[in-house]
Amino acid sequence: MMLDGLYQEIILDHYKHPHGRGLRDPFNGEAHHVNPTCGDEITVRVSSAAGEFSDISYDGLGCSISQASASVLYELLRGRSPEDAAGIHEAFVALMQGRGQVEPDEDVLGDGIAFAGVAKFPARVKCALLPWMAFKDAAARAGIDVSSEASEVKA
Amino acid sequence: MTFDVVRVRADFPILTREVNGHPLVYLDSANTSQKPAQVIKAMRMHNERHNGNVSRSVHTLGTEATSAYEDARGKVAAFVGASTPDEIVFTKNSTEAINLVAYSLGQHLALKPGDEIVISEMEHHSNIVPWQLLCERTGATLRWFGVTDEGRLAPDDDLINERTKIVSIVHMSNVLGTINDVSGIVARAHEVGALVLLDCSQSVPHLPVDVQALEADFIAFTGHKMLGPTGIGVLWGRYSLLAEMPPFLAGGSMIETVTMGGTTFAAPPARFEAGTPPIAEAVGLGAAVDYLTALGMEAVHQHEQDITAYALKTLTDVPGVEIFGPATPEGRGGTLSFGVDGVHPHDVGQVLDALGVEVRVGHHCAKPTCARFGVPAMTRASFYLYTTTDEIDALARGLDQVKKVFG
Repeated sequence: MMLDGLYQEIILDHYKHPHGRGLRDPFNGEAHHVNPTCGDEITVRVSSAAGEFSDISYDGLGCSISQASASVLYELLRGRSPEDAAGIHEAFVALMQGRGQVEPDEDVLGDGIAFAGVAKFPARVKCALLPWMAFKDAAARAGIDVSSEASEVKA
Repeated sequence: MTFDVVRVRADFPILTREVNGHPLVYLDSANTSQKPAQVIKAMRMHNERHNGNVSRSVHTLGTEATSAYEDARGKVAAFVGASTPDEIVFTKNSTEAINLVAYSLGQHLALKPGDEIVISEMEHHSNIVPWQLLCERTGATLRWFGVTDEGRLAPDDDLINERTKIVSIVHMSNVLGTINDVSGIVARAHEVGALVLLDCSQSVPHLPVDVQALEADFIAFTGHKMLGPTGIGVLWGRYSLLAEMPPFLAGGSMIETVTMGGTTFAAPPARFEAGTPPIAEAVGLGAAVDYLTALGMEAVHQHEQDITAYALKTLTDVPGVEIFGPATPEGRGGTLSFGVDGVHPHDVGQVLDALGVEVRVGHHCAKPTCARFGVPAMTRASFYLYTTTDEIDALARGLDQVKKVFG
């Protein structure tokens, strides 16, 4: 059935048992994003220390895709340098915008590869990207650029 | 004559298609309704045989198009009991109709600080935001009726008072399905000299609506929710009021005469129909009105009441489902919003879609209504004259599947 491609066990598992959920202090940057079409929202905080994202915390209201995506983001980006985070971020965005044509690299994306099926549901791509866009903004507010040509931690 | 849903369904070509390998179960008519072959054909015939621009051509095609456009106005006027077709202004949709009133009436009344506009907490964004903007422009204050736990307007005796200038209330909620008994509100508004707009987007398609009986000053509704095409909406207004109101959009067709020094304006409805209007869409809406009139709005409404009663009972029996809005068919229409315990509406909608069941999920352009019930989003099933009890059963089976996936 088509749904199997969307609701992978990994996604449902992250949804039911989210990793790293809950907002934590201290933090260096925070961003709150909403999806205006469905009303989903998420707040992401980043804290940086010793040249890495020492913590990423989040809380939000949303569907299984957006909430599981936040959990996977936490697993993938916490403890990473801005350069590594930027690379993973770019790979995830490319996967989601690939209309199902992009073959995900498990070495880079880990559990994130489970979202490959989401890319075939255009209405849900925004759900999956919501926490990633909020993370990028939160990092920017902490003075860290996580676009593909990421810079050093300035803080 | 009994209402024959099987015969009605045969008029709707789309109902024979499959979605994701399942027969289509279309439960999203409050969002947009499906169109019968009669409407599709009327629009095609117009474009194939009678296409010309309206109100400006002496040639045969232009004359035929003008006559078709004005015939549609006449049909819509009769459908809602307008005194004259000149009380029917064609707009793009309900949103534009409400914006027209907010802009033109707001200007006509010369609203100022101290004046008040009254709406409610169960409005669609299109009946909130235009009034917020009007208040920002004029300094007037926006006030609103609350909503009870049962999904009814909360009585508030002091809300409409001598400061109130405009009251704009939804006739039937697009989320809760509540049909508001607006008679008391209209009477109170008129007692204090305020004017009343009713958002009838969800009522005109589903129940008999007579503007004389409603006693409001304006109503807004839209073609695509009543078997017609997208791109055409309707503002009905009392002619004496429309005649006093300044234009909203300006351009061709809405003028009496134009010089480089200034312009005088046409009488309503032309004054409010600047530019080439949606002509084929008006023809389609006229055909939709013919279709509904032939069936009889009482019969359509009764069918939906029966379906709603069945759906309320069926969904109440599904464990973990919570219905928002009136729990019985009395004073409500066939729009039913609900939550499934522990599952986000997006996920509910996605699983249902995989089974061919098309429902709306999200905030339904009524975020304050969702907030009133403490949820960011809801799942909504909405019915129409082609909805069957079998489709309600398919919805219930789908919800069992939802709980299986997310249980």
